[in-house]
Amino acid sequence: MESVELQVQVPAKNNGNESKPANGNGNGRAFAIKPTYVRDPHPMDLPWKIAWNPETCIRCGSCVSTCTFGAIQSELQKQGQTLSAGPVPKPVDASQIILAIKQVSDTKHYCRGCSMCEKVCPTNSIRPVENEHHRFPLVARHGASPIKRGGRGHHIPIRVLDYLKVGRISQMTDPSLDAARHTFDLLTPLGRGLPADELPLKVENGKLVPSGWTPPLRWIYPVMIGDMSVGALSWRMWEALALAVAYLNEEHGMPVRMSSGEGGMPNRLLKSEYLKYFIIQIASGHFGWNRIIKAMPEMATDPAGILIKIGQGAKPGDGGLLPAEKVASHIQAIRGVPKADLLSPPNHQGLYSIEESVQKMFLSMNAAWKFRVPVAIKVAASSTSVAVFNNLVRDPYHIVGGYFLDGIQGGTGAAHEVSMDHTGHPILSKLRDCYLAAVDQGKQGQIPLFVGGGFGDTGDLAADAFKAICLGANGVFSAKIWLQLAGCVGNEKGRCNACNTGHCPVGICTQDPRLVARLDVDTAAQNIVDYFLALDVELKKLMAPIGNSTLPIGRSDALVAMDKAIAERLQVAYAC
Amino acid sequence: MCRMAAIKSKHPVSPALTLRMMLAMQKGHDNSGFAMVMQDLGGAFAEFKKFPLLSMACSSAGLERAEEILETMGFSPKFDYQPDVVNDPALDFKRMPHYVFRNYRYPEPLNVYHEHPTPEQKKLLLDTRLKLRKALSHENQGYVYSFWPDVLTLKEIGDPRDIGTYFQLWNEDHWLQARVISAQCRQNTNYKIVRYAAHPFFLEGYTLMGNGENTFYQKNKEFQQHLHSSYIGFESDTQCFLYTLHYVCEQLHWPLEYFKHVITPLTFEEMNDRADGETLRRIRQSLMHLEINGPNTVVFVLPDNRMGVVADAKKLRPYVIGRDDDMVVSASEVCGVNMVIPQRDTERDIYPGERETVVVNNALEVERWNQ
Repeated sequence: MESVELQVQVPAKNNGNESKPANGNGNGRAFAIKPTYVRDPHPMDLPWKIAWNPETCIRCGSCVSTCTFGAIQSELQKQGQTLSAGPVPKPVDASQIILAIKQVSDTKHYCRGCSMCEKVCPTNSIRPVENEHHRFPLVARHGASPIKRGGRGHHIPIRVLDYLKVGRISQMTDPSLDAARHTFDLLTPLGRGLPADELPLKVENGKLVPSGWTPPLRWIYPVMIGDMSVGALSWRMWEALALAVAYLNEEHGMPVRMSSGEGGMPNRLLKSEYLKYFIIQIASGHFGWNRIIKAMPEMATDPAGILIKIGQGAKPGDGGLLPAEKVASHIQAIRGVPKADLLSPPNHQGLYSIEESVQKMFLSMNAAWKFRVPVAIKVAASSTSVAVFNNLVRDPYHIVGGYFLDGIQGGTGAAHEVSMDHTGHPILSKLRDCYLAAVDQGKQGQIPLFVGGGFGDTGDLAADAFKAICLGANGVFSAKIWLQLAGCVGNEKGRCNACNTGHCPVGICTQDPRLVARLDVDTAAQNIVDYFLALDVELKKLMAPIGNSTLPIGRSDALVAMDKAIAERLQVAYAC
Repeated sequence: MCRMAAIKSKHPVSPALTLRMMLAMQKGHDNSGFAMVMQDLGGAFAEFKKFPLLSMACSSAGLERAEEILETMGFSPKFDYQPDVVNDPALDFKRMPHYVFRNYRYPEPLNVYHEHPTPEQKKLLLDTRLKLRKALSHENQGYVYSFWPDVLTLKEIGDPRDIGTYFQLWNEDHWLQARVISAQCRQNTNYKIVRYAAHPFFLEGYTLMGNGENTFYQKNKEFQQHLHSSYIGFESDTQCFLYTLHYVCEQLHWPLEYFKHVITPLTFEEMNDRADGETLRRIRQSLMHLEINGPNTVVFVLPDNRMGVVADAKKLRPYVIGRDDDMVVSASEVCGVNMVIPQRDTERDIYPGERETVVVNNALEVERWNQ
């Protein structure tokens, strides 16, 4: 800690004729006055202002050393004061030099409100305060550079999930189940379902026996860990997720699956038995696939699935973005790239039409694993979602193993702010549209629907997932919540969300070893496991009152909406 | 809970037996109705078993319209039975102007008669029933329940006792006799009940009734409405069970045991331990929208007149099957069975388990399969 000696300046002569201080304010308090221009950046322009209490601060320096954004710094400050000394105390103007904590005003090192300073302060002397009247969007595009951010968007006026309640309760007409006593079957299919009359089955001795190839199928837990790459996440965070997934499968028999994200996977994992718990993602940058392909001959087992990423809810129409700050040497190795901004193209190169998605991508990825692994596709929710779904439902080869829809409330490691806040489509209406499109064609369940984007935002993922399932989802994928369980402080109200900077204050979205060391892998994994186990109980507590022991996929009659417009749009009953 | 009674007998018996069973099981007031399907007929219809029998309740305009349609299609009446009724205004019962129980001859060239209808005859009968139903659906002109050889359906709304009085069903020497009778009285949960909502339901030789709440009604309905042209109405959640039975047996041509696998799939844990687990998982995925997942007992009759019972996967609804040498009598409560065969050996009673399918064949032998 830096020590500062207080210097008390006492005038040598005190006859009442001393000259006035240079600043001429008449009270003897000397401050250097610097010219201030209105064009200069100032904390008042920034989204968060630092509130610091010099009276209680012990100048330990913890806040400054903890802030990963360089948003606060210490500086010496001359402070005027009145002292009384002598046998007959007489007030005397004086000044002292103190160590002050000052907020940095520039738009690169602005405070993100992460509150790490507050967390480490032993005397509760500092905290960020949200600045309601900030001018950040007006000052941050300096240098003709669009604003970039990570995390999540926060311009969503309402949270529709909260307007939905489980309103059809089994009473008298049929009994509620006992969440603690009855057996519940919570699994959902990942993989192409065939119409029953096309199942290759024949009757032999009164039994149905297989008589041909059926598309690969996995029965998985209906809540999965969404795609976050090694790169966007620190290797320790990714490891914590992987540990939690393995533990849930091996120790609790919960077939939770995790998507790798676009960024490859560790070689040892690719060649281990644990690969079966992972869905390998291929996105437009194909990052990590050199390693994956090379590991294929040595894979001990098949992955849970392949996920072709076309789009992402948080930034639809945009490809992945990994800023150079986060492309550390191990990321370069796993992705096979130099240190540079890694921008995945907005489209898969060579994929020019919707027909080709089946012909080229699905067929090639299916063929790569000899038609043993379900291949699914992830797109950002959009007004075009149903058109894409309808096309896939008609897939003549039965090789489309799932349709993942990602809504506007999804998160991202890095994106242009304008994309995050102003592009995208809310998820629930598109989920409903796709499910009802399947119903219209009598094809519900043939292509499992998984949805993401904002599920678990309030911390109640079980309720969110359950409502989505009732609206027609086979399951949900969620990402941000697992990071929050590991210590991420970002939220929908604009706190932190600095995942793009490489300066994640909790070691989750950074490759800086000093920051990554802040994350305890085992604790993070344990928190995730604990949450999944609690979520499992909560899902049953939602299923039991409606009298179901298997997933109520598409059972929208179990829901009521407390808003007429929502009820009408989602085709559920309105209740007030 | 709906009260159900089913009888399978070596000799034709009167529906009075099922009425007595209903009254034994009744608790509190009940005026929502009585419905039954009779198969393998005796009595007045014994001579005409191969001729399609139209069961319909209608207005005069409806009758005229139906006769016109049938005549146009080439059907000609073979045997018509006008029931003698007790037309007492005091009876608590919403009567229709006409009750039609009429055998028809097939139109040419299908006017040939076998033990069971040919595929062409089946299609014609189904299409005709749907056509009649549609034609009579306007302005409450009538309800067309079944049009099939050797099958008679009666459904009415009101006090079951009074319905029995009106049609003189209490008379055991009645003109109505059958070896297979399924009957149901529903509990009052909906005063807007329509006749089509009363089970047992009949479709192409399959009869089905059930009690309990089909908690996957919406899923069943949304899935079934595209599976077959006859899967319509859905006035009752129990209809879904019939459509699933018909779909599994008649459309998919799967063995009967798979009906149970479709409506109450084994848990994944149980499937994993079975040699046919992969097949069962495939079926579960393809037909997950036909699962029932509520408290239900389902009683059905197959086209060959075998009768069966299955329960839900948690055995949340009771059902009991009693038997003696001449008949198998089953009901949703044992007091119903006691009304008909009180002297039976009750140790031989069967309470179908949550994984069981119980089937009574035409020799009254009982087969029990575990899922």
